Amino acid sequence: MERDDLIVNDSYALNSHHSEEEGAVIRKNVWKVTAILTLLTTVEVIMGVYFKRSETFTWSMIKWTFVILTMVKAAYIVLVFMHLGDERPNLKKVVLAPYMLFISYLLFIAITEGFAHLGNSTLFQ
Amino acid sequence: MGGAATKSISKEELWGGGQSPFSVSYGKMMMWYFLVSDALTFGGLLTAYGFVRASSTDAWPIGEQVFRSLPGLEGEYPLIYVALMTFILIVSSVTMVLAVEAGHRNDKNGVVKWLGLTVIGGFFFLGSQAWEWSHFIHGSGGSYILAENVTVTADDGQVFDMNKGDAIYMDHHFGHLAEPWIAGDPLVTLQDSEHGIKLVQNGEHMHEAELHALTINKYIENESHVSGDEAMKLWNARSESFSFGANMHDNEYAVQQSYANFFFFITGFHGFHVFSGVVINIIIFFMAYRGVFERRKHYEMVEKIGLYWHFVDLVWVFVFTFFYLI
Repeated sequence: MERDDLIVNDSYALNSHHSEEEGAVIRKNVWKVTAILTLLTTVEVIMGVYFKRSETFTWSMIKWTFVILTMVKAAYIVLVFMHLGDERPNLKKVVLAPYMLFISYLLFIAITEGFAHLGNSTLFQ
Repeated sequence: MGGAATKSISKEELWGGGQSPFSVSYGKMMMWYFLVSDALTFGGLLTAYGFVRASSTDAWPIGEQVFRSLPGLEGEYPLIYVALMTFILIVSSVTMVLAVEAGHRNDKNGVVKWLGLTVIGGFFFLGSQAWEWSHFIHGSGGSYILAENVTVTADDGQVFDMNKGDAIYMDHHFGHLAEPWIAGDPLVTLQDSEHGIKLVQNGEHMHEAELHALTINKYIENESHVSGDEAMKLWNARSESFSFGANMHDNEYAVQQSYANFFFFITGFHGFHVFSGVVINIIIFFMAYRGVFERRKHYEMVEKIGLYWHFVDLVWVFVFTFFYLI
């Protein structure tokens, strides 16, 4: 069997070289994203320690803040560290669309249908 | 940016065959497909966790009250250890990006250096997780279930009506001796002391622990300490049912066993991913060191394992939020 990563000529892998100058720009961006991820994690930990769980509106806002911060962190990791942001739109859609679809469906089923016998949804209260 | 689809192709070329519409190699695309399926597994696990937690009728333990110890230190440091683990994983993700970036410049020394640091970061994370598991399994004193209803006044003056079936928590000195005492160790005996009671361990290592205080609602809302005569009221209302730490059948943290089982399964499954990642990283590290990729004229293998390693970091970001924070 021919292994594609061993093909020396016209391999897609060979197209992904960059120069020293481009590398410097990339490294600068990496450190920036590192700072952002560390900052967001610190904010999450401080909020987690400071706010106690309760049945209040404040707590549900905090919970959603955690979810949003997590999504922001995930986006940075996927788009910059895994550099999906620089791939072709086709690949982005092929990776993200099925995932979004299945997970939304799973969450919908678990939350809506999972509590149907109780007559309401309790996960997002 | 590095590893990107930088080669531009016309529409005729794109649809004329012989070209990947994604402009990535087969191996890299398959890594992405694998990660999508793996992410669905973790997504399913976390959804199951959320569902079981939301449908639970008993109180669910609070992350910052369960995970608040640091190795070798007394006192409480809520979430600090988990935050440290998260930080270790983020840093090892950064060193991995730098290894991939060095690979795009065919900088062999750079790849070896950054990949080596990534492996070290992975070991640090695994070590941290081993400690956390060990701490979770051993527990911090254990608990017992009340056999009857008791009304007690906590140290801060609040009055609590504790019901039959509620859990009462011991401190780790007393719990350490309570465990063999409950197991029927003849060397450990319960004795009266000037303040109440104490457990005494005879034999080679003479050791005793006084019942200074008990804790109620330890891992849920309204954690309070009860001492003196009030603590004795709680002690005298004990049942035969004691729990120490956590295992697959029993845990001191929650009434429902699903809490401990989800902890073991989710962090264990993630930890196994980290372990596999470290093993693969080591293999690629030695391949880079021996110049395999230099001869191949590209470092795409580093990019592929980089994707996997970042994915492991990505999963931890979600586990951290949904298991520890919320």
